[in-house]
Amino acid sequence: MIRFDYARPSDVAEAVRDGAGDHVAYLAGGTNLIDLMKENVARPLEVVDINRLPLARITDLDDGGLRLGALATNADTAYDERVQARYPLLASAILAGASPQLRNAATNGGNLNQRTRCYYFYDVDTPCNKRVPGQGCGAIGGVNRIHAILGASDRCIATHPSDMCVALAALKAQVQVTGLEGDRAIAFDDYHRLPGDEPWRDNNLKQGELVTAIDLPAEDFSTNYTYLKLRDRLSYAFALVSVAVAMRLEEGRIADVRIALGGVAHKPWRRIEAEEAIKNERPSDTVFDTAASALLAGAVGQGDNSFKIGLAHKAIVRALNQAAAGTPQSQTDKRIR
Amino acid sequence: MNAPHKVGIGTPLARVDGADKVTGRAKYAAEYAVPDLLYGVAVPARIARGRIASIDDAAARAVPGVVEVMTHENRPKQAWLDHSWKDELSIPGDPFKALHDDRVLFAGQPVALVVAETFEAARFAAGLVEIDYEVEAHNVDFDTSLAEKFLPPKGMRRNTYHPPKARGDADAAFDAAALKVSGDYRLATEHHNPMEMHASTVEWHGDGKITVYDKVQGSQNTQGYLAGAFKLSKKDVRVVNAYVGGGFGSGLRPQWQVQLATMGAILLERSVRVVMTRQQMFYHAHRPECTYEIRLGAEHTGKLTSIYGDATTSTSRFENNMEDIVTWGMMNYDCPNAEGHYTIAPRDTYTSADMRAPGAATGMALFEIAIDEMAYEAKVDPLEFRMVNYSETEAMNQVPFTSKALREAYREGAERFGWAERSPEPRSMKEGRELVGWGVATGMWDAQFSKTSARARLSANGDLEVASASSDIGTGTYTVMTQVAADTLGLSPDRITARLGDSDLPTAPVEGGSWAAASTGAAVQLACRSVAEKLFKAADEVENRPLWGAKSIDDLDFVNGEMVLKSDTTKRVSLTDAMRAGGLDVIEVEETAKPGLFDMVSMARKARNTHSAVFVEVRVDEVLDQVRVTRVVNAVAAGRIINPRTARSQILGGVVMGIGMALHEETFIDATLGRWMNHNYAEYHVPAHADIEDIDVIFVDEPDPEVTPLGVKGLGEIGIVGTAAAVANAIFHATGKRIRSLPITIDKLLEVAP
Repeated sequence: MIRFDYARPSDVAEAVRDGAGDHVAYLAGGTNLIDLMKENVARPLEVVDINRLPLARITDLDDGGLRLGALATNADTAYDERVQARYPLLASAILAGASPQLRNAATNGGNLNQRTRCYYFYDVDTPCNKRVPGQGCGAIGGVNRIHAILGASDRCIATHPSDMCVALAALKAQVQVTGLEGDRAIAFDDYHRLPGDEPWRDNNLKQGELVTAIDLPAEDFSTNYTYLKLRDRLSYAFALVSVAVAMRLEEGRIADVRIALGGVAHKPWRRIEAEEAIKNERPSDTVFDTAASALLAGAVGQGDNSFKIGLAHKAIVRALNQAAAGTPQSQTDKRIR
Repeated sequence: MNAPHKVGIGTPLARVDGADKVTGRAKYAAEYAVPDLLYGVAVPARIARGRIASIDDAAARAVPGVVEVMTHENRPKQAWLDHSWKDELSIPGDPFKALHDDRVLFAGQPVALVVAETFEAARFAAGLVEIDYEVEAHNVDFDTSLAEKFLPPKGMRRNTYHPPKARGDADAAFDAAALKVSGDYRLATEHHNPMEMHASTVEWHGDGKITVYDKVQGSQNTQGYLAGAFKLSKKDVRVVNAYVGGGFGSGLRPQWQVQLATMGAILLERSVRVVMTRQQMFYHAHRPECTYEIRLGAEHTGKLTSIYGDATTSTSRFENNMEDIVTWGMMNYDCPNAEGHYTIAPRDTYTSADMRAPGAATGMALFEIAIDEMAYEAKVDPLEFRMVNYSETEAMNQVPFTSKALREAYREGAERFGWAERSPEPRSMKEGRELVGWGVATGMWDAQFSKTSARARLSANGDLEVASASSDIGTGTYTVMTQVAADTLGLSPDRITARLGDSDLPTAPVEGGSWAAASTGAAVQLACRSVAEKLFKAADEVENRPLWGAKSIDDLDFVNGEMVLKSDTTKRVSLTDAMRAGGLDVIEVEETAKPGLFDMVSMARKARNTHSAVFVEVRVDEVLDQVRVTRVVNAVAAGRIINPRTARSQILGGVVMGIGMALHEETFIDATLGRWMNHNYAEYHVPAHADIEDIDVIFVDEPDPEVTPLGVKGLGEIGIVGTAAAVANAIFHATGKRIRSLPITIDKLLEVAP
């Protein structure tokens, strides 16, 4: 761990001023940043502790949506009655991740901004373009069982590790951010980036910008939804593949559907074509197969992780079945429904 | 005559150290408050093989609080001869000597130690040490290393290694066999990862003496080792390991952190602490990777006619770590023809090491998968198949066992599990979308007994202290000692204090191999019997000599703090009265339990083993291949059980680790970089709570007065042996997919068409 300056602002404007320089990191729950600092992966020269900012509330929006404060913990969010009633997909995805202890400390803003779990990113004695631009990628041709099959580049094949974000992508959440240039809202699909030529950039925040809240739209996906997560053990492991489905059925047909994948790309993976392809169809394995193929079109394995392509296909079909049947995956009963 | 009430052996006494552990009073190696302590943080080598060309420590030294950057260039004097670095469990080769010279032998090797007034300064500065290397080509890939596999010549083999002993003609019998199974079976590299990281606090007393608080499985092993390596007098080195937060074998031998902390203390003449990080824990001891070619031949009835095994395990380039892989199958089954071969393959990593049931956990698991395959070939129920080929004697050396209640374990386990309800065909049991599978496997481990001393000290008020330099690595040794003493002297456990884990205490070997309960227990019993004899003698001074007529302590029962005449239970003398009458303030004796002539003869002529029968139910999603282990019954034949509660915990832990071996544990290595990659608890998977459901443990009756003085066989390892195979076999029964490579991860199942 390197030496750093420490600031603990009490309001958002002050935090944004503190966060304006180079090599600044905002500290919330610390469940990821502190680990990265101990490993010398994150080397901020200034740490701005935002835990005193008034951003921990969950509030109703006028349009019927819900605003999740950036500093509300993952646990408080998952167990919030409004979230459980109106956005059970989000609650389920959060509870699929990490452990109770981590969810008690981790915040919603931090969840969005957590870094990849790529082995090479975490080990400073290996090459990693995400950690040190231009250094090369150890995972390509290396140990890449947990890496991306979609949207990767020849610079980086890391994945985004969040479960929560996969649900937020399916729910078309908006990320509220603020900075020296003022406030703005970012559509969830535009929040995280693909690695491309700049794999060190995980998201489209501008330097110093701070996430203040996540807004959930007023749409109702509380009946036909699921979060299905497949991993190497039944709890406390990052997804090999996860699928969030939000669906609306009208007269036995799919009126609306969102499908987002976790564990397969540098961001939660959605493809509008895949969703459009099955709208107005009646749920069936054939129809869901079509969606899976469209969602996974162009998927490329790196060797160790090639199994994810087939696994993701099967998982998408199963998840769509779970959602259509109104039998969402339980996160406590580990039997897959 | 009423049977006297005994509180000792066989009762489920709660752990006597439990409260100390959960309240934090129990101190571990890195928790001792030592005045003026310095903190050392190791700098690990980036490369897997080469030389240190230069070290730039200027930036590190400039950090406030940094006292020294110790490297091979400025370290204190070390013993030059490898011989001086030997420990009790050394293996042939050159023992690793930290900061010895400029050679890099494995990635993660400590190449410098930054010592500072605070841990934070040391850690910060450790990241600033710049090292240039002359890189040499390495190989860390096990498959590549197989090109260099070899059997070390005699004299360079581990002395624990048993060469497989062939019988009959396995090749000819295989060729002629009606039924054949052959294949390559694999186990991935696993790392021990006890909860407590390896840590040493070396207290510098300034008078030439040091006290070393060490995370190790044997205090006297570290004591002797440090004395040899750093030319110290043994009497000037005291090693304390009163509590050990798990070992699983990673602490059998002193590890590099104790070398570094001791060198730092000697160099700086101050107290120094070094703790391995969790990440560094992945760059030292590990269970070797294994490839095992198995060929089985059988008649149509399922009777085995040929066993052939050829296994290779990984080691380092500097030490020959060896295990018994192929012998277990040859010992366990009645089969006229058997042949085994074994080699090791060197790679540029740290030396592989013993990990819970070394050799058996690997060899028995892989062999029991092959046995299961043959049962299906023969269309014989897998449990029945094992009965058909049951060996009453140890089949490889053709000697009887002191006891073997494996048949009872099969029977009682099967009954508890409900095995009779099993439908024989794979994929024939299903519930909802889940395929249900039931598998069975056999476990086998050694029942060992090592020379161990213990001291018993009875005070005039009736308080007893029993002490031995043995260790409790979480297994329950404190509790077992207390029970044996309570049993022998008829004292309440709360009047007894057990002491362990201090090199000043009576001599004991490293705690490992499942021998501690049998050996320490026997020594405690001997010492307590000596106390009893002194009490008996003192009782002669009691007015009216109530015990008159008793010729020896065998004519007495020791119960409720009294000596009671067996022939007339109204005649009794309390221990405290006897001491008072005899004018004794304290009775203190030390005794050594060791194999006597009779035991030596018995050891030469009879096999001593624990056995187990493991039954597992899995449920596997028929499409997504997610596996759940929903039920385990582990029926164990391990002689006399001193404490059914701690005994059960030992087996539960072994089963959990066996499930991990079957489904989760695997350390990935990057062949290009020569580095272990998933070096943290998040990415190196052991079972989480959600992976563990019902585990039922049975101890079958197995009286065995011959195996060890107490009739105890030990339980530390047997729980893991067989479990992984039973899981693998259950997965086959559920899915029809035979995976011969552990762990059985989802990708392996997806690859195979049902």
